[in-house]
Amino acid sequence: MFAYYLNLALHSLKRNKVLTALMVLAIAVGIGASMTTLTVMHLLSGDPLPGRSAHIFYPQVDASPADFTKSEPLDVLDYRSAVDLWSAHRADRQALIANSQIKVRAPDASLPPLMLNMLSTTSDFFPMFDVPFRYGQGWSAQDDARHSRVVVISSDLNDKLFHGGNSVGRTLRLKDSDARIVGVLAPWRPSPLFYDVRGGRFANGDTADFYGKPEDVFTPFYTGLEINDGNFWQFTCWHAPDKPGHLENAPCVWVALWVQLNDAPKVAAYRNFLDHYAREQKALGRFAKTHTRLRTLMQWLDFNGVVPSDVKLQTWLAFAFLAICLFNTIGLLLAKFLRRGGEIGVRRALGASRRAVFAQCLVEAGLIGLLGGIGGWLLTMLGLWLVRRQSVAYADLAHLDVGMFFTTFVSAVVVSLIAGALPALRASRIAPALQLKTL
Amino acid sequence: MQIRPILAALRKHRLATLLIALEIALACAVLCNACFMIANRLSAMRIDSGVDEAALATVQLTGYDASASADVDARARAALRAVPGVQSVTLLNSIPFGMRRGTAGIATDAAGQHFGGVIEFYVGAPGSFEALGAKVVAGRGPLPDDFHPFTGWVPDEAPIQITQSLAEHLWPGANPLGKEIWQDKFHFRVVGVLKALARPDPPGWTPEKRQWSAFVPALPGPYLSGSYLLRAPPEDMPGVMRDALVAINKALPDVVIDREDSHTLPELRHNVFKNDRAMAGLLIGVIIALLGVTALGIVGLASFWVAQRRKQIGVRRALGATRGDILRYFQTENFLIVTFGIVMGVVLAFAINLTLMKFYELPRLPFFYLPIGAAVLWGLGQFAVLGPALRAAAVPPVVATRTV
Repeated sequence: MFAYYLNLALHSLKRNKVLTALMVLAIAVGIGASMTTLTVMHLLSGDPLPGRSAHIFYPQVDASPADFTKSEPLDVLDYRSAVDLWSAHRADRQALIANSQIKVRAPDASLPPLMLNMLSTTSDFFPMFDVPFRYGQGWSAQDDARHSRVVVISSDLNDKLFHGGNSVGRTLRLKDSDARIVGVLAPWRPSPLFYDVRGGRFANGDTADFYGKPEDVFTPFYTGLEINDGNFWQFTCWHAPDKPGHLENAPCVWVALWVQLNDAPKVAAYRNFLDHYAREQKALGRFAKTHTRLRTLMQWLDFNGVVPSDVKLQTWLAFAFLAICLFNTIGLLLAKFLRRGGEIGVRRALGASRRAVFAQCLVEAGLIGLLGGIGGWLLTMLGLWLVRRQSVAYADLAHLDVGMFFTTFVSAVVVSLIAGALPALRASRIAPALQLKTL
Repeated sequence: MQIRPILAALRKHRLATLLIALEIALACAVLCNACFMIANRLSAMRIDSGVDEAALATVQLTGYDASASADVDARARAALRAVPGVQSVTLLNSIPFGMRRGTAGIATDAAGQHFGGVIEFYVGAPGSFEALGAKVVAGRGPLPDDFHPFTGWVPDEAPIQITQSLAEHLWPGANPLGKEIWQDKFHFRVVGVLKALARPDPPGWTPEKRQWSAFVPALPGPYLSGSYLLRAPPEDMPGVMRDALVAINKALPDVVIDREDSHTLPELRHNVFKNDRAMAGLLIGVIIALLGVTALGIVGLASFWVAQRRKQIGVRRALGATRGDILRYFQTENFLIVTFGIVMGVVLAFAINLTLMKFYELPRLPFFYLPIGAAVLWGLGQFAVLGPALRAAAVPPVVATRTV
């Protein structure tokens, strides 16, 4: 029966090519626009650590004076609190992170010096965030403790300096110190760059920069602090630091801590530990406030509103547009089905049930949807190509994955079935006798 | 033209009429709001920087120690001065539309109790104020005696120039000259008011905060180094920029030129608004597609109605209606439907605007967008219906005598 309806639908579509083309075009444009923005939205709001993110937490305490913050603690930690919390080792894994820019030279390569972003972190960073390695590996906890001059570099930097070869064991000059390369990352592009996300609530919705690339140079935390002293910038300060760029004892926040807690009792215990730490520091007179936070990775991203407001706006716009295309298609389908009143009347008179007429009309609508889906898929590819041409930080991420590819077709067919339902219902209500009389 | 028979006919096609009207309503609402957003983005992009942008460029150097700053600055400035066309080379920590190094929260009292907002401190060496070309509307610009060496991120104490917009925010209605501001232990006295001096990163701030800046005079030092402001005749700019980078490379092979941030000010302005430009482009694309789809919908439905009413049209023609009558019938019909849609669209447009105001800090939709949106849609409707209506008008009276 379905094959017969399909045949009928094809016949009917061929009969009025212009109207068919209009409907297919309307669906294709609507689907193309909404799938382009949905794909971007999907890429930007996704989980950067699928399967793990529920165990990754972002502890916050607040060392600032009483009137400096209101209800929320500062986005990152001061040096002392960060190191205290880290060295307590109360979590399954923990990593300190501090960002800076550093001058990098490769003695073996004849390239001018580069200024690169450096992440100073601790050894747990790599296993905790499941960072992929191409050559070598991360450093050990002993390297952290010994302030070893070791470095892990990004795949991009390895390509630039060593033409993608195995550079483990080679030396990199970081500012005025030599460091031995112990690991080279495989291409790694978490979206967003979750571990550096902070300050989103002050960004006025302009958060595209959260989707930038990871740093090119990774060093042990203390190693980085030593070799790049004077080049660390604060998230904020409540008093001006005595020596800008050197923040270890400045009244500033600039170090972030990430911890991994594998089960609920550990989370509860860590929460207690944080509260206890804050109360103890208040008793010691170092803290003025005892508020703490322990958000999961996704809660932290949510709190920072990582998806840029422009992207959200585009998504709404695309759906308004899809709605317009939907109304359009309903109107056109209604016109098409009712025009065939005579034909439907004959079918009804010959014994077709209302249900059969309804099904036949829906098959036709679904077929239009499928054709529209193909057009929509092409337009989505075009739309994503346009997104990639923009100079935003997430531009290179905009690709259609398998899930979104199928979503495109499913949504096109669903949209056309919704659009077809009302006209099909009207068509199935056609009174056979009346139609036959006018024939 | 009689409207009642048209209304009677439309009543027989209630559903189709309603659908087209809904489509028009949604199109009207989206059109008005999208145009308004485009206008907002464009006006944000036209922000007055307050400086002679066309004659300015910047070179940014990094990758040397603070202790080497005096040497690096001396060599870099000598190299840049030697570039043909360069009129002046001075130091300025933050660059309009470029590098941002002086963003801090201020207070209007020494105790820091009265928070004055987060502003941009443009810390500039002698000559930089003149090079910028910022216009003083009250008080004075910096004098040679105002420039002193400093060791913090800004001078401890300095007479400064602030923008009109910041003055009005801090002391509404009062004379800002002689007033004081504090940033932690740093203390400044306002001696001049500038017409405008935009922040380096205006898109990241709400419109009223985009001009909150101050000019702080200081002598070069470890924290005012490597950020050069070049002034040259606008027509020489492309050559100057190219030669300047080559000259620096030759004079200081071991420092790193921050090429991403070393540009002319017009280029920096172009880059800083890239997101707004992309969004405006996208909105324009959506509007065009939207109007196109709406027009196609009208064409489709009108064609169908014309085909359906061929016989009635023939009868009317046989009874004496002219081609013009038939043409006007379909035009009026379309006008009525579009009007119905616009009425709904106006309500929807304001509803959407209220939502946007809540989530995107967009101002209220000005009333004049509605008549313009309505006119566009009326025009679009008339244009779209013209083809089918002409076909209807071409139906010969003899059709009335045929049975089908």
